[in-house]
Amino acid sequence: MNIPANLKFTKTDEWFDPATGKVGLTDYAQSQLSDIIFVEVVVAVGDALQTGKPIASVESVKAAAESYAPVTAKVAAINEELANNPEVLNSDPYGQGWMVKVEGADVAGLLDSTAYTKYCEERAQ
Amino acid sequence: MTYIPHSLKERDAMLDTIGVKSLEDLFRDVPKKYRFPTLHLSPALTEMEAATELAELSLGNDNIRTDLVSFLGAGAYNHYIPAAVDAILRRGEYSTAYTPYQPEISQGTLQAIFEYQSLIAALTGMEVSNASHYDGATAVAEAVNMAYAQFRGKRMKIVLSPAVNPQYRAVLHTYTQDMSLTIEGENLPISQIPDPRSLINLIDAYTALVIVQYPDFFGRLYDFTALIEAAHAQGALVCVVANPIALGLLKTPGEMGADIVAGEGQPLGIPLSFGGPYLGFFATRKQYIHKMAGRLVGETVDTRGQRAYVLTLTAREQHIKRERATSNICTNQGLMALAAAVYLSLLGRRGLRQVADLCYQKAHYAAEKIARIPGYSVSFDAPFFHEFSIGCPKPVAEINAALLEHGFLGGYDLGQDYPALNGQMLLAVTEMNTKDEIDALAVVLAEVAHD
Repeated sequence: MNIPANLKFTKTDEWFDPATGKVGLTDYAQSQLSDIIFVEVVVAVGDALQTGKPIASVESVKAAAESYAPVTAKVAAINEELANNPEVLNSDPYGQGWMVKVEGADVAGLLDSTAYTKYCEERAQ
Repeated sequence: MTYIPHSLKERDAMLDTIGVKSLEDLFRDVPKKYRFPTLHLSPALTEMEAATELAELSLGNDNIRTDLVSFLGAGAYNHYIPAAVDAILRRGEYSTAYTPYQPEISQGTLQAIFEYQSLIAALTGMEVSNASHYDGATAVAEAVNMAYAQFRGKRMKIVLSPAVNPQYRAVLHTYTQDMSLTIEGENLPISQIPDPRSLINLIDAYTALVIVQYPDFFGRLYDFTALIEAAHAQGALVCVVANPIALGLLKTPGEMGADIVAGEGQPLGIPLSFGGPYLGFFATRKQYIHKMAGRLVGETVDTRGQRAYVLTLTAREQHIKRERATSNICTNQGLMALAAAVYLSLLGRRGLRQVADLCYQKAHYAAEKIARIPGYSVSFDAPFFHEFSIGCPKPVAEINAALLEHGFLGGYDLGQDYPALNGQMLLAVTEMNTKDEIDALAVVLAEVAHD
């Protein structure tokens, strides 16, 4: 299970990179979902995000899931590539699999990698 | 797989496992007085007696194969059904098959659906078809669901032509009643209906979907290319409700640029059966596939590299996507879709064109003949396929009563849905109507006018 130390995490399995403002789904999430076949980002550039507001709809071969804003911030960019290559969420969840980029966020309330690792371990039991 | 009921011994073992003494104990929660109520039923009949009684009941029917000559259409049409359709449908593997969720044991069903989808996509000129819907009316409602889902609630207006089948429009209102959608266009004056351009004025940046019919409810044909371009310029989608037989002869809605083609597949090898079961077909472009409702069969390869079929993109459907799914529909009209696939395969492109051509030619022959009868007129100037409206010298109900006495099932009384068209009857002519029958119809219509 890949859980990069430089990122912040939510209990709904999103990651947030304070350095770039990018948001995505964690390696744990993509492995639970199995092969992802459709990603629909439901927010637009300029939208104001509230923590917990849906930002994307994800469909895999066996499940459908929502992805939620990990922070309160403004949407600066969305990853247009996901519409054509949804599988990148599985193969590169922390790199090319980013979903939205935000600005003006604060990381209060997010889990660090240690806490998130522990959370994933608890769930596995 | 054979059906073998469990033995008494097995049953007792099962009861023992769950700690129940007898079968009756399982009904303990049903209040005693309701457990085995007295039902005042007639005494049981033997199979022979039951068959006789049902046969007598059925004599009350007048059917259009043996008792009546039909000129009635208005959404369901009398076409010839080749014997092979029934022969295949009645095979136990098809008529008893359930949902093909387990592809390993459902390749026959899945391939049949895939063939059906391919045929519908080709027929409509579109890129992808789903596995079918309940009927034409609900297929059109699903077009609204899809457009609504596509724009995620940012466009809440539907432009609906009044020339779409009135029953479909009624179903649409039922389906959308709590969706806060605005539906406009149905009240356009009849004099404006002939021109689909009158709908263009209603299309704006708030419009999700424009719905038109081809041929329209009055049988008339229009090229919707310009309307579709105007809708696209506003960012709206267009659904063309099409007659599948007509598509064998005419420019397809796909070629006109339609985003969705939906309609009633009953004309494709399915009997009239007093209203059902029918078949809703639904086709669209690949870019909208994730918002399309309904079952979808895909072609793939198995672990041995053999071609195989599966239900695909299943996470769209409500049993997985729940409240965020486009629609509650996660099923299809399997047996009717098979009938359509068999019909289309048997006829082929040329056969279907021939059926369509016969309908077209016979309808035009009938229209010309009736137009010459004093008291009658053909209502509209527009080109038509196999249905046309005639103005009658007497109330339509009266004319139809007289026709019935002569063994004819007359046309649809348009006045019941369109007050401005009171006294007008919608007549349908198909390949099943002979020249003699059409001539005889004309004779009776003339007689009725004089009585």
